[in-house]
Amino acid sequence: MRNYIIKRIFLFFPVVIGVITLVFLIIHLIPGDPVELMLGENAQISDKEKLRDDLGLNKPIIDQYLTFMLNAFKGDLGRSIHSQKPVFTTILERFPATLELTLCAILLAVIISLPLGIIAAYRQYSIFDNGSMFLSLLGISMPNFWLGPLLIILFSIMLGWLPVAGRGSISHIILPSITLGTALSSILSRMTRSSMIDSLKEEYVTTARAKGLSENIVVIKHALSNAMIPIITIVGLQSGALLSGAIITETIFSWPGIGRLTIQAINTRDYPLLQGCILIISLSYVVVNLITDILYAYFDPRIKYE
Amino acid sequence: MNNESSKFKVQSSKLIFVGGFVILFLILTAIFAPLMAPYDPKEQNLYEGLNTPDYKHPLGQDRLGRDILSRVIYGSRISLIVGILVVGISSLIGVAIGSISGYIGGKVDEIIMRFCDIVLAFPGILLAIAIMSVLGPSLNNVIIALCAMGWVSYTRLIRAQILSLREREFVVAVDSLGGSSSRIILRHLLPNVISPLIVEATFGMAGTIIAEAGLSFLGLGVQPPNPSWGSMLNEGRQFLLIAPHLTIFPGLAIMITVLGFNFFGDGIRDLMDVKNK
Repeated sequence: MRNYIIKRIFLFFPVVIGVITLVFLIIHLIPGDPVELMLGENAQISDKEKLRDDLGLNKPIIDQYLTFMLNAFKGDLGRSIHSQKPVFTTILERFPATLELTLCAILLAVIISLPLGIIAAYRQYSIFDNGSMFLSLLGISMPNFWLGPLLIILFSIMLGWLPVAGRGSISHIILPSITLGTALSSILSRMTRSSMIDSLKEEYVTTARAKGLSENIVVIKHALSNAMIPIITIVGLQSGALLSGAIITETIFSWPGIGRLTIQAINTRDYPLLQGCILIISLSYVVVNLITDILYAYFDPRIKYE
Repeated sequence: MNNESSKFKVQSSKLIFVGGFVILFLILTAIFAPLMAPYDPKEQNLYEGLNTPDYKHPLGQDRLGRDILSRVIYGSRISLIVGILVVGISSLIGVAIGSISGYIGGKVDEIIMRFCDIVLAFPGILLAIAIMSVLGPSLNNVIIALCAMGWVSYTRLIRAQILSLREREFVVAVDSLGGSSSRIILRHLLPNVISPLIVEATFGMAGTIIAEAGLSFLGLGVQPPNPSWGSMLNEGRQFLLIAPHLTIFPGLAIMITVLGFNFFGDGIRDLMDVKNK
């Protein structure tokens, strides 16, 4: 297991350097003058020159790249053009909101999908199985930028039960969590079903039944505990992917997280802030994937005792 | 064939039939949009802005009085064009790079795979959002951004298939008879990866249609007045309180289309699984 973890961490750093490089390249390959794009064509020449100087755009591209890489490792992502606050601080202020939303979405997805997947697998090809799997396919096919507004129409406008947007109370987080968690819930229930179907066919399950154990114990203790490894992996991998979904969900519900900050940075052409947001979201995703892989190694005895 | 397997096959055939029907309907709608749409999708009628559905406009009218049904019908063209071009270009790139990576192996494979890891480090449509934010919103840029993101999954798929196939007897036999690498890849390896590629491409169409609509919803994709389902949802978001029909119908079109591709993909994958078993 130690070798596996060392190998995994060894692969982590080139990816981090690659991500920083790619983000740098994307932002620096803007067609036209980035300063003009940020300040507008009619801005004063002195203002343009000052910004060009502040962003280091007068230096050779290789110098800019090395400075960016070095600063990124130190947590210095420059300053926002509009607020003049450090980008890293601005993102850190928004991070708890995104984390809160993501965790609630994961919790909701797990609570819904596990029982659904287990029962569907236990009653394979039954009406419940077909119905729940159809629902999960519907969940995967329903884009969150449609689901969110539909939930607002139903629960906020027609029924008046929940707030339309914002953050503050528990009622504020319900609709964004459902919007963000639905796709994950659908993927998880399908994964749980297929993992449980495989697990229920294993010989240790037959042995447990032959010993006269109750069906609940057979299903929960023997089949589910072994089916959990791929399920945990999917939860981990998809949780990181939720960070991208959060961009749309936060925009719909005016949720003050990194996702909304990213869109604000795009709309205001605040490239240092945009660069920082994209970098932090992708690095968080890479870190979550690393943790998932390590947890996977810990839970899977085939790797643990290798 | 046992009972479970035949049940599985019947279910797969049903999925393929329903999915295929939706896809065919989408294609026909896109081709015959001018004949099917009751109005010009860009024709404005400011006096009738935000009108609810009635017999003249079955899906209602938007802020500028444009007919929503006609816009949904024309919107299918953008979804289909983007889907076909992005999946086509991405899979071509993926087949080329994946074949080289899997067949040559060694350092070339290592470099290609590490680059794939870097691209995959951007969750969901984040990379496309980043690219669109610097290129600016347009249909061509949407295709470029989605291809930049999409080729990786095809590359990894083809590489994995080639890796498992290149040790098989028929490949070793051609190799020992002096067959060139390009001949082995083109004539012997690639024909064997077509089936998984079709499944991946079908799911790819679903993902691309959602991604395009997502970018347009964020204002980064196709720009008004061109009718794209995503940008229609973006416009509708401002009128949720007074005109929910602006949001309901374009979203329904996206969901049915994506569901069709997912059904179709699930069906073929399951059918291939049965054959393999």
